[in-house]
Amino acid sequence: MERWSPYAVGISIGFLSCVTFLLSDKPIGCSAAFSRTSGMIEKLIRGGIVAEKAYYKKFAPVIEWEWMLVLGVFVGAFISAILSNQFQTAWVPATWAQAFGNTPVTRWVFSLVGGIILGLGARWAGGCTSGHGISGTLQLVVSSWLAAICFFIGGILTAMLIF
Amino acid sequence: MVKTLHAKKKLQLAIGFLVGILFGFLLQKGGVTKYDVIIGQLLLTDFTVVKIMLSAVVTGMIGVHLLRSRGLAQLHPKPGSFGTTAIGGLIFGVGFALLGYCPGTLAGAIGQGSLDALFGGLVGILIGAGLFAELYPKLDKTILNKGHFGEITWPQLLKVNPWWVILPVAFWIIDLLIVIEKYGS
Repeated sequence: MERWSPYAVGISIGFLSCVTFLLSDKPIGCSAAFSRTSGMIEKLIRGGIVAEKAYYKKFAPVIEWEWMLVLGVFVGAFISAILSNQFQTAWVPATWAQAFGNTPVTRWVFSLVGGIILGLGARWAGGCTSGHGISGTLQLVVSSWLAAICFFIGGILTAMLIF
Repeated sequence: MVKTLHAKKKLQLAIGFLVGILFGFLLQKGGVTKYDVIIGQLLLTDFTVVKIMLSAVVTGMIGVHLLRSRGLAQLHPKPGSFGTTAIGGLIFGVGFALLGYCPGTLAGAIGQGSLDALFGGLVGILIGAGLFAELYPKLDKTILNKGHFGEITWPQLLKVNPWWVILPVAFWIIDLLIVIEKYGS
């Protein structure tokens, strides 16, 4: 089946969260892995001095549990897409093409700039849609509820502005 | 038994990878690795993202607290402050709408062949995360600790047994989902 019911998917993700708390004593989260990767790349260029940065002392630029999880997300989505014949390389998503045309360069610029702001914001807020939005809110953490609300306020306002 | 499992480093990396595969599979099956679905949520024309998030939260909230009450799980609350959480969250939201993916769904989008996610989003997030690491010492001294409230949970803040919060929140979310089914699309 191409698409599953959002409730079947959501409930399964909820169960998966319970499993990770039990087996790994960790909440599902994705954005710290990008910080670590960024640190690893900077380390390749500038050498060991990068690990001395205050932020990388908190989030060492190494491969750990969450990094493997993000790699797994890539693999899992690939498997799912292949199994349902949905794997397709594309530069410009349909909704984007309708509003802004089919030029890959425009979409690339927006996705790059959006990515920079997203990466900055995720680490600034201390988590993303999974770490705060799902894992934090299900633990009833105050900061995560505030973060999730702000993600959607910022996101909805920006989307309404550009479309 | 569970504690010794947590200490096995290599096995933990394998578990993380396996959980990631299942998570990515589910995200793709749910449709949220697609730009169109995420931007549809932010434009309030497609509520798939919110339906998935809220049903995950209800299930996980009840499950994790059940495990916790049996001593099988502990919570890992993230600390917060208005300078960190609210400002960071709003910045994240702007990027979320411009890119059309979040960090997790971006990894999934790359897996299904979205080149804007690979060459734009991934490169961007790595730059953005690096930029934050660079700015961190300065931000930490100025803005990040403004309005600090720490690693607190709603039950701690309200000084009640967690289940006094879990049950009303669960009913509220289910109510909200019913309303969305009725009026949203």
